[in-house]
Amino acid sequence: MVDILKPKEMFKSIDYTIPSDRWENVSPDLGDGKFCYPAKKKNQEYLSLVAKDEWSPSDEDWKLPSNWQQIIHEGFKERLDKYRSLKVFMDICVRCGACADKCHFFIGTGDPKNMPVLRAELLRSIYRNDFTAAGKILGSIAGARKLTPLVIKEWFSYFYQCTECRRCSVYCPYGIDTAEITMMGRELLSLLGLNINWILEPAANCFRTGNHLGIQPHAFKEMVEFFCDDIETITGIKINPSFNRKGAEILFITPSGDVFADPGTYSMMGYLMLFEHIGLDYTLSTYASEGGNFGLFTSSEMMKRLNGKMYAEAKRLGVKWILGGECGHMWRVINQYMDTMNGPADFLEVPKSPLTGTVFTNAASTKMVHIAEFTADLIKNNKLKLDPSRNDGYKVTFHDSCNPSRAMGMLDEPRYVLNNVCNYFYDMPENTIREQTFCCGSGSGLNTEEIMDLRLRGGLPRANAVKHVHEKYGVNMLSCVCAIDRAALPPLMKYWVPEVGVCGLHELVGNALVMDGEIERTVNLRSEDLHEEEE
Amino acid sequence: MNVDYLYSLLAVVVLGLIAYVGAGASGLQAVFGIFIPYLAIIIFLVGFINRVWCWAKSPVPFRIPSTCGQQQSLDWIKQSKLDNPSTTAGVIGRMFLEIVLFRSLFRNTRTELVGDRISYKWVIWLWLFAILFHYSFLAVVIRHLRFFMEPVPFFILAVERADGILQVGLPGVLISGITLLAGATLLLGRRVLIPKINYISKAADYFPLLLIIGIALTGILMRYFTKVDVVKVKELAMGLATFHAGIPEGGLGPLFYVHMFFVCILVAYIPFSKLMHMGGVFLSPTRNLANNSRMKRHINPWNPKVKFHTYEEYEDDFREKMIEAGLPVEKE
Repeated sequence: MVDILKPKEMFKSIDYTIPSDRWENVSPDLGDGKFCYPAKKKNQEYLSLVAKDEWSPSDEDWKLPSNWQQIIHEGFKERLDKYRSLKVFMDICVRCGACADKCHFFIGTGDPKNMPVLRAELLRSIYRNDFTAAGKILGSIAGARKLTPLVIKEWFSYFYQCTECRRCSVYCPYGIDTAEITMMGRELLSLLGLNINWILEPAANCFRTGNHLGIQPHAFKEMVEFFCDDIETITGIKINPSFNRKGAEILFITPSGDVFADPGTYSMMGYLMLFEHIGLDYTLSTYASEGGNFGLFTSSEMMKRLNGKMYAEAKRLGVKWILGGECGHMWRVINQYMDTMNGPADFLEVPKSPLTGTVFTNAASTKMVHIAEFTADLIKNNKLKLDPSRNDGYKVTFHDSCNPSRAMGMLDEPRYVLNNVCNYFYDMPENTIREQTFCCGSGSGLNTEEIMDLRLRGGLPRANAVKHVHEKYGVNMLSCVCAIDRAALPPLMKYWVPEVGVCGLHELVGNALVMDGEIERTVNLRSEDLHEEEE
Repeated sequence: MNVDYLYSLLAVVVLGLIAYVGAGASGLQAVFGIFIPYLAIIIFLVGFINRVWCWAKSPVPFRIPSTCGQQQSLDWIKQSKLDNPSTTAGVIGRMFLEIVLFRSLFRNTRTELVGDRISYKWVIWLWLFAILFHYSFLAVVIRHLRFFMEPVPFFILAVERADGILQVGLPGVLISGITLLAGATLLLGRRVLIPKINYISKAADYFPLLLIIGIALTGILMRYFTKVDVVKVKELAMGLATFHAGIPEGGLGPLFYVHMFFVCILVAYIPFSKLMHMGGVFLSPTRNLANNSRMKRHINPWNPKVKFHTYEEYEDDFREKMIEAGLPVEKE
């Protein structure tokens, strides 16, 4: 592990001075701490991907297959023919620079190749060389580059310094989406066996056990039952959730991080309490026990293979519709890909809240509803008794996760819920929330320890906005609706704004929810004393 | 410092000289006045259609709008219908704002480190320069249509009247010519002077700007200083438009041919360059699609058949453990 600078030093080290050498001549830095560890061969084999023998990005020679240039050329061509987005985005960028300072990695590192425009140029320069007349005739004057092993190294470095957050695409006058570029770049790298382990291991786990963390069915059940014991201690109410139960009305799927790691676990408790309180006829599945989808960060095919379990399990269990938990990229997949890839879900019914009768027409085809939409509807219809003062120990702000914001537009539902479950809610400055929100710095499979320096830099814009509301309003809790956030934001906060904790939306719901027959609550879901917090 | 603009400047100067010498001293007026314009138009039409066709051939497998506002969900939550449209009408509205008013560019901010804070300031300069440049260009193009039409349609006259509203000088100053030159110069200035923009700029970014500056300069020179014979220009233009092309008697000065040659180069260059953004902006899947993929299934024509891990395989793997944990199984 490399040493991490102190926060003040890191902030000072950010330098936007442009290098004197042209970007085409600057080699990527693949020193210690600058890259994600490559995928283990067994994971590649398990997922039937091109399997590469052990290697390191710091190696001089990456031992690419002998026909690697042909593989890239043909892979590129195939993707140009499959995706209009790629073709159009390769052609129409005018390099106006509007995107340049919108990327959290550029803001935090000052590395010009983290400007979205240059990240795309890494691919575009090869596109011009291989597929355009001007590039073939004029070469470098037309912005074309020959495909060399160094270009592959550069792709590996910079396509794994992008979290596919799409913030740049909001500002681009043509809507050029760097997430599309990065996805294509990663797919091309994968054709050469160049993957990172932090993505492929969860993907391989998910393929076999149904979830990224590789939790086996019996363990999954035990962990949920463990939360039920905690809930009983706190509320006096015993909950017995069902697993893999046929004939339930609703299948509930949430990221496995909620079952496995704090603070997501507190949100899991919140879900369980909410469902118990309203008497929801639902079941959990150990087979479809993952909401997230690390396939999205590998290739569209891998995404489809992992996602397929949701509908398959809903069909097998005979449920009417699916309710989804708090997760960022999971909801990009559900909102923009699932029905297209694995639909039509004609064996399900249009989701209807059994309590309020609200029909979720916005999910009429996909038949999957976000828990924030579901809970907002419950609150609006006065189906929940809430005591927001139980969250008075928290001064809360809300981090819009990239995907629910920019690939869905779920902005006001969580805010409505927050305003009902806590008394102190403060939004961060407007250029840092909603569709302009900043990434946690660790999305798209980059929340791995070995690149902590990069993650802290990438997360700086988010942390800096939190710091602002911390200083202005005394905010001490950063709420979010994303499992990767719940894993990535705690170390980010600990580093930049150590006074601020991280929680999921439904942890706060669980705290405020007054359940029928509950004992007087003396502690919150974290077992922290309720009154002490009000000090 | 990136000095790619020198290539572009050199190219524009050489092109100007070719026309100046070619149509002037060499007397090749028919080549520059008739042959090259037709050739340029043909290259433009074939190239443009070909490029758009090439884009259109690739399918849009997924519905991937960048949602820039509140989605349509519960009745009582106000949807941002233009920034996150869920209907075709909404998409048309969004595209209208995007294409006519450069909506996304209007959001632009500047990021700065101030003390221990990062600040994001709303900046409209780029948007302003872009609007100035594009609308001046449009007005100039519309005005020039008068050379190709007889009688001159009312809308051209209206644009011309608005353009001359200042009513200064003789011939009267047309604002769009000046603002086109100003807009192009400002955009060029950004590229040369702002280090970040300079770093990302290519010869292909400078070339069209310099060419357009050349066009505007020669146009202004002809209108206000050398006083080109507009009757002859119209005769030539009408000849081209009606396919009875001919060089007017006595010919036209070389400056006119430089102007016209620059325009021909620009027109022919469009299909092979970033100037195709004028067509591409209509086809950008992050802008021209409704965010309704949970309401209505979007079809991917090449949706691949993939192997996924079935429940049966999963149960085979874990049956013993599942039974032991009291989880229901399909096969005991």
